[in-house]
Amino acid sequence: MDKFTTLTGIAAPMPLVNIDTDMIIPKQFLKTIHRSGLGKNLFDEMRYNSDGSEVADFILNQPAYRASQIIVAGDNFGCGSSREHAPWALLDYGIRCVISTSFADIFYNNCFKNGILPIVMPQEVVDVLMEDARKGANARMTVDLENLTVTTSDGQSFAFELDPFRRHCLLNGLDDIGLTMEKSAAIDTFETQMAQSRPWV
Amino acid sequence: MTGKTNAGAPRTLYDKIFDAHVVDRQEDGTCLLYIDRHLVHEVTSPQAFEGLRMTGRKVRRPDQTIAVPDHNVPTTADRVNGIENPEGRIQVAELDKNAREFGLNYYPMSDIRQGIVHIVGPEQGWTLPGMTVVCGDSHTATHGAFGALAHGIGTSEVEHVLATQTLIQKKSKNMKVEITGKLRPGVTAKDITLSVIGATGTAGGTGYVIEYCGEAIRDLSMEGRMTVCNMAIEGGARAGLIAPDEKTFEYVKGRPHAPKGAAWEAALMWWKTLFSDEGAHWDKVITIKGEDIAPVVTWGTSPEDVLPITDRVPAPEDFTGGKVEAARRSLDYMGLTPGMALSDIKIDAVFIGSCTNGRIEDLRAAAGILKGNKLAPGVRGMVVPGSGLVRLQAEEEGLDKIFTDAGFEWRLAGCSMCLGMNPDQLAPGERCAATSNRNFEGRMGYKGRTHLMSPVMAAAAAIKGHLTDVREILVETV
Repeated sequence: MDKFTTLTGIAAPMPLVNIDTDMIIPKQFLKTIHRSGLGKNLFDEMRYNSDGSEVADFILNQPAYRASQIIVAGDNFGCGSSREHAPWALLDYGIRCVISTSFADIFYNNCFKNGILPIVMPQEVVDVLMEDARKGANARMTVDLENLTVTTSDGQSFAFELDPFRRHCLLNGLDDIGLTMEKSAAIDTFETQMAQSRPWV
Repeated sequence: MTGKTNAGAPRTLYDKIFDAHVVDRQEDGTCLLYIDRHLVHEVTSPQAFEGLRMTGRKVRRPDQTIAVPDHNVPTTADRVNGIENPEGRIQVAELDKNAREFGLNYYPMSDIRQGIVHIVGPEQGWTLPGMTVVCGDSHTATHGAFGALAHGIGTSEVEHVLATQTLIQKKSKNMKVEITGKLRPGVTAKDITLSVIGATGTAGGTGYVIEYCGEAIRDLSMEGRMTVCNMAIEGGARAGLIAPDEKTFEYVKGRPHAPKGAAWEAALMWWKTLFSDEGAHWDKVITIKGEDIAPVVTWGTSPEDVLPITDRVPAPEDFTGGKVEAARRSLDYMGLTPGMALSDIKIDAVFIGSCTNGRIEDLRAAAGILKGNKLAPGVRGMVVPGSGLVRLQAEEEGLDKIFTDAGFEWRLAGCSMCLGMNPDQLAPGERCAATSNRNFEGRMGYKGRTHLMSPVMAAAAAIKGHLTDVREILVETV
């Protein structure tokens, strides 16, 4: 997993609430057995017409936003299915950070496993960031995970909070499984105790 | 909230199950949680197994890992000849290879016990009270009906559980959803769960584990309880659960993987301690009167877009904030005009099935309404049992005959139309009365339109050809 320290990039405004994982990556692209290659189908049904041509006014099809690395989104981003294909598609497209007032639980977890930073901000801050994102390609937003801040193109800075363990893993690009494997003795002990306390499992 | 609990302090059911599974707790409250059962299907697991191979890791507890293909499997009899779609075929073949290579408990497509993973788990007795159950699927919440802590995980977490039989977790907050009193005739578990989402919104449960309780919940069968918990995720909650009781124990007893003899007695002793203590702390409480719940349908493209069938299609201006634009988009997608009566919405298709409503009781309920009736002209109907065993049971009871006599197709088990990853899909613009769980754009097929409702409401819509208050049909038959 790639580390995440600071990111300066174009932010795409997507004010729609409840952007669900079916919108992020529709079901027909879940048939892959690989993690990569999903970026071209990110937001597929919003982004393309049925003949495969681009929907001109969809945000990521607009010239100013094609190289977006950040999304500023409406409430409850990533609701719905557990599909990790959603963060895989975002990452493959080049999105490393999503900012919203809230995220669905499983999507939020999945982001951290893939080096994507989801940031929760209060509505009034999201409103400011949304306006900044609307300025387009010349307005670059900066996300600083070391110092837990988001800075708009005109220098307004907002602090955000993040679980320290998640921050640590993301800053260092740590693999969860490797970390847990170091605790295998504790898992062994738990299983031995469980054989006594809940032998029916 | 670190998840620490003082010894002897009153605890919720969720607290008790969580505490009993903590392998390791860091100072910041991050826990390593032991996972009792890991369910696996073909869509969210191939990359996890690939990860194991790349790192030379093994499956730590293949004996506690259960694999079944469901999302991609065709539901027509010709599936014995294989899956036509090459990608879907590869995905199911990958699961087959992984299940055999890693020695998992496996129900292949040809097995009579195959079905939707959340129907197979309880049916085979893998799901037991007090357990932690995970699956790379958001509807894992279903298993909470047994008083198990069950939730969906992503593929990286699937790999984590395969390798370590644990999950890194922080404790969620506790929410109590109490449904008091009795339900009125024609009102079902699906109406309860949709009404709760309608009241809280799809983000209302974010950060919480919900415990459903109250007389109306106690009165539900295990099937009904599974329907309620299944949709906890649509309300944003990590999990939904219901304290186990005699109904739970009765359902579990004698199932293939349920404990037997002395082990059963020992299990029962612990299971009977699985309830929220008097005085336990709740971070949020929602109370709904059972008698206030009506048969409901969804009008939009979010499960929170719920209204009683007697209501009218809302206008975007009825909402505030970001929901105004979302409602406008939904109405446009659904092809609906504000102010029209919900019961005037004509349908093209009816889908009865899914992990929400694909169990035997759901089929009995729908058949009860359909008996002696026909599908309205021009409406196509499909019944997809949740497992091969549900199908068999339904056939023994003659339900298949009722459905086929009414003009429905009687299918083999799978996820089917609920998410069109298999040949069962809506055509663009086609409108469906569905017993499934998500009305998202494109969910049941590109540009397909989904109205969520209970099996009896879907059956009523099938007969009339438009969304219908099932109570009108109940009156007609009485």
